[in-house]
Amino acid sequence: MASHEFAAQESHAHEAPQGFIRKWVFSLDHKVIGLQYYFLALAAVFVGMFLSLLMRIHLIWPTATLPLLGDIKPETYLTLVTMHGTIMVFFVLTTAPQGGFGNYFLPIQIGAPDMAFPVLNMLSFWTTFLAFIVMIAAFFVAGGAPLHGWTGYAPLSALQSAGPGEGLGADLWIISIAIFCIGALMGALNFITTTLDMRAKGMTMMRMPLTCWAWFVTAILGLLAFGVLLSAGILLLMDRNLGTSFFVPLVTINGQLTGHKGGSPLLWQHLFWFFGHPEVYIAILPAMGMCSQLLSVFSRKPIFGYKAMVYAILAIGFLGFMVWGHHMFMSGMSPYTAFAFSIMTMAIGVPSAIKTFNWLGTLMRGRIRFASPMLFAIGFVSLFVSGGISGPFLAQPLLDIQLHDTYFVPAHFHLIMGVASIFGIFAATYYWFPKMFGRMMNESMARWHFWFSFIGTYAIFMPMHYLGMAGMPRRYSQLTEVNYLHGLVPLQKFITYAAFITIAGQVIFVVNLFWSMFKGKKASDNPWEATTLEWTTATPPPHDNFGGKTPVVHNGPYEYSVPGAPRDYVMQSDPEIEPAH
Amino acid sequence: MASFSTTATVDDPRILLGDDGIAPPIRGDGGDDGSGPGLPDYATRLRRARLGLLVALTPVLMLFVSFSSAYIVRQGLPTIDPRTNQLVRDWIPVTLPRLLLINTGVLILSSLFMEMARRQIKGQVTLASETSVPGVSAGDQTRIPWLSMTLVLGLVFLFGQWTAWRQLAANGFYVATTPSSSFVYLLTGTHAIHLMGGVLALFIAGIASLLGHSVATRSIVVDVTAWYWHFMAGLWIYILCLLEFAS
Repeated sequence: MASHEFAAQESHAHEAPQGFIRKWVFSLDHKVIGLQYYFLALAAVFVGMFLSLLMRIHLIWPTATLPLLGDIKPETYLTLVTMHGTIMVFFVLTTAPQGGFGNYFLPIQIGAPDMAFPVLNMLSFWTTFLAFIVMIAAFFVAGGAPLHGWTGYAPLSALQSAGPGEGLGADLWIISIAIFCIGALMGALNFITTTLDMRAKGMTMMRMPLTCWAWFVTAILGLLAFGVLLSAGILLLMDRNLGTSFFVPLVTINGQLTGHKGGSPLLWQHLFWFFGHPEVYIAILPAMGMCSQLLSVFSRKPIFGYKAMVYAILAIGFLGFMVWGHHMFMSGMSPYTAFAFSIMTMAIGVPSAIKTFNWLGTLMRGRIRFASPMLFAIGFVSLFVSGGISGPFLAQPLLDIQLHDTYFVPAHFHLIMGVASIFGIFAATYYWFPKMFGRMMNESMARWHFWFSFIGTYAIFMPMHYLGMAGMPRRYSQLTEVNYLHGLVPLQKFITYAAFITIAGQVIFVVNLFWSMFKGKKASDNPWEATTLEWTTATPPPHDNFGGKTPVVHNGPYEYSVPGAPRDYVMQSDPEIEPAH
Repeated sequence: MASFSTTATVDDPRILLGDDGIAPPIRGDGGDDGSGPGLPDYATRLRRARLGLLVALTPVLMLFVSFSSAYIVRQGLPTIDPRTNQLVRDWIPVTLPRLLLINTGVLILSSLFMEMARRQIKGQVTLASETSVPGVSAGDQTRIPWLSMTLVLGLVFLFGQWTAWRQLAANGFYVATTPSSSFVYLLTGTHAIHLMGGVLALFIAGIASLLGHSVATRSIVVDVTAWYWHFMAGLWIYILCLLEFAS
C-alpha cells in the first residue's frame, strides 16, 4: 500500500455541522457548496434543454400548438432563444465546471481543508441561486421573458416598449445577471485566495494539477470580466428606468420619439463582449483542465508537456481579453481595427493547438483504459477540435461578413463552447462521482450515454455548418415558407430528430446519476489509481478533507508509469521519487 | 522532503482521525468567520485577509474602468437634432458643486484617521503578545478613538455627497438631464455605495470590540478596512479629476 506523509494540520475553523439546515442548506463546507452548484446547474440544464427542444419543434412545425405554450409566435420564439442562451451560458457552463467541481475539488487537490472564506463561499452559491430564481421569474411576469437574445443588444434591450417581454421581464433578466455577477465575483475571490494562500506544504504552483490551474485562471478571468458586465448592466438599467441615454440613440417606436438621444448601441456591444469573449474561456478552461487530468490518468502516462499546458492556459486567458472585437466585425468598425482583432483571434489558435497536440501526445502510446470518464474526455478533444477549426474562419472579417448571423455561428459555438464544455462536465462527473458519493456509476449506462451524446451532438451541429454556408439565417422563427431555403428544410428536420434522440439519451445519465447514488457499487478510495490528493483521502472525504491532517506533497500530479516505481503510479503525497538514471 | 516537524506516515490511502497521525494543534482556516475554535496564527490570517481584499478590489477597479471608458466614449458622441436634422452634441458639462471639494477634504482626513486607527490597533496586537509575559506591563495608555472618528467622517462625507446631489438637482441637473449629469450621479453614487461598505466594516469592527473579540481579530478587520478605505479615498480623487478635467 501507499505510504503517505502528512503534516501538522491546517484545519477547520468551523466544526462539522450537525443539523440538516447547516449541513446541507446553509453549509460552509466547500464540498456541499460544490454539490449545490452542481445540482443547480443540473436543474438549469434541463430548463435550457427543454427550451431548445421547443425551438427545434417550432422550426420544423411552425404551426404546431405546443403543450403549455400554445401557438408559438415569432416573439415567443425569440424569448426561447434568449432564455435558452442565458440559462445555458450563465447557469450551466459557468456554474457547473467552476462552481461545482472547482468548489468541491480545488481545496482537496491543493491539500487545503476548505476555501479561504467559507462564509463568502456559501453566500456566492445562494447569490447564484437567487439569480436563477429571478431569471426564471421573468417567464411569469406580465409580458413574459425578454426577447433581446443572451447578448442583450441595445437599443432593443434598453427600451421597455421595444417589444413583449421587454418590460418587467427584461428588468428581471438584467437584475438576475447583475446578481449572478456578484455571486461569481465572490466565488472568484475565494478561488484565487485559496489557490495562492492555502496550498499544502510541497504543493508548489508547478505541482498543481492542471485542473487547479484551469480553475485558478478561470477565476482571474471572472474577476476581470464580471465587473465589466455588472457595469454594463447598471448602465442598461439606468437607460431603461431612469431615462438616461448611455446606449440608446435617437429612436422612434411606432413613430413616436422615445425621449432618448445620443447613446451608443456599440458602447453596449464593446462592454458586453469585453465580458462575453472571456466568458467563452470561463466555460471551456475548466473543461480543458479536467480533460487534461483524465487523459493522463486513463492513458497511464504523464501529461505531455505539463509546463507548456500551464503556459497555454495562461496565454489563452490573456489573449481572451484581446479579441472581443471579433464579435463586432459587422458593426462597421474600421478595417484596421478589425484586422487587429482578427490577428489576435487567430493567435489564440496557437495555445489552443499546443493543448490539442499535447492531449494527443498524452494519448500516443499510452496504455489507454477506455472507462466512461476517458470516453467523454476523448469526446471533449474531438468536439474541441471540430468546433475550434471553424474559429479561424469566423475570425476573418471578410468571411465573417458572409457567415455572420447564419447557422454557421451557432454550429461553431455550440460545439466548442457548449457541448465540449458539457462533455467536460460529464467526464468529470463520471470520474469524481465515486469520490463524491462513495459509489461507482453504472458503466454500461455511461457508455450508452456517451454514444448517444457523441453521435447526437455531431448529428445536430455538423449539419448546421452547411445550413449556415447555404445562407440560412439564425434567430428567425419561421423559415419553412421561404423559397430559397426550401431545400434546407429536410436538413432542419434531421437536426430536430437528432436533438430528440440526443436529449432522450440524457435521461440515461440522470437515471444513472441518481440510481448510482443509492444503488451503485461501493467505490474504493482510489478506484482509478490516480495520483492527485483527492484520492489519498477517504471516500467521501471527511468534513475537513484529510481527517485532521494535511498532506505533504513530494511529487508532480502526473507521475504514471514511473520507471522503477513499485506500481504504475506515484501519488503526490508518496515519498519523493528518485529520478531514473 | 517533509518540511513540518510533526509528520506522520500512514500505510493506507484511507485517512482517518486517530490512526497513527499526530493529533493536530488547534489551528484552522476560515478567513471570514473569525470566531471558530481553531484559527490559524495571526500572521496567516492577516496575510490571507489582505490577499482577499486585494483580489476583491480588482472587480471594483474594473467597474470604474468600465464606467470611465463609457464616460469618455459617450462624451464624444454626436446625436441628431430631430428639429433641424443636424448632428449636434448633447453633452452639457455640469458645474460640480464646490461642496465636493470640502467632501474630498473630509474623506482624505478620514483616511488619515483610518491609518492612525490601523497603526493603533496593530500596536495593541504587539503589546498584547508582550504583556502576556509575567511582569511586563503596558503602562498607562491614552487611546484616541481614531476608528470612531473615521466612522463619523465617513458619515459626514456621505451626507456631504447627498447634499451635493441636492445642489445639483436644485441647479436643474437630474440623472437624465444630460449625459454628463448621468455620469456625475452614476460615478458619485457608485462610489458612495462602496464607501458604505467601508462604513459597515467599521461598524463591524466596533461591534467586534463590544463583543469582546480578540484584539488580533479586530486588528485584521481594521487592517483590511483601512486599506479598503484608502482605496476609496484614492478612487474618489480619481473620480473627481475625471469629472472635473476630462469633461
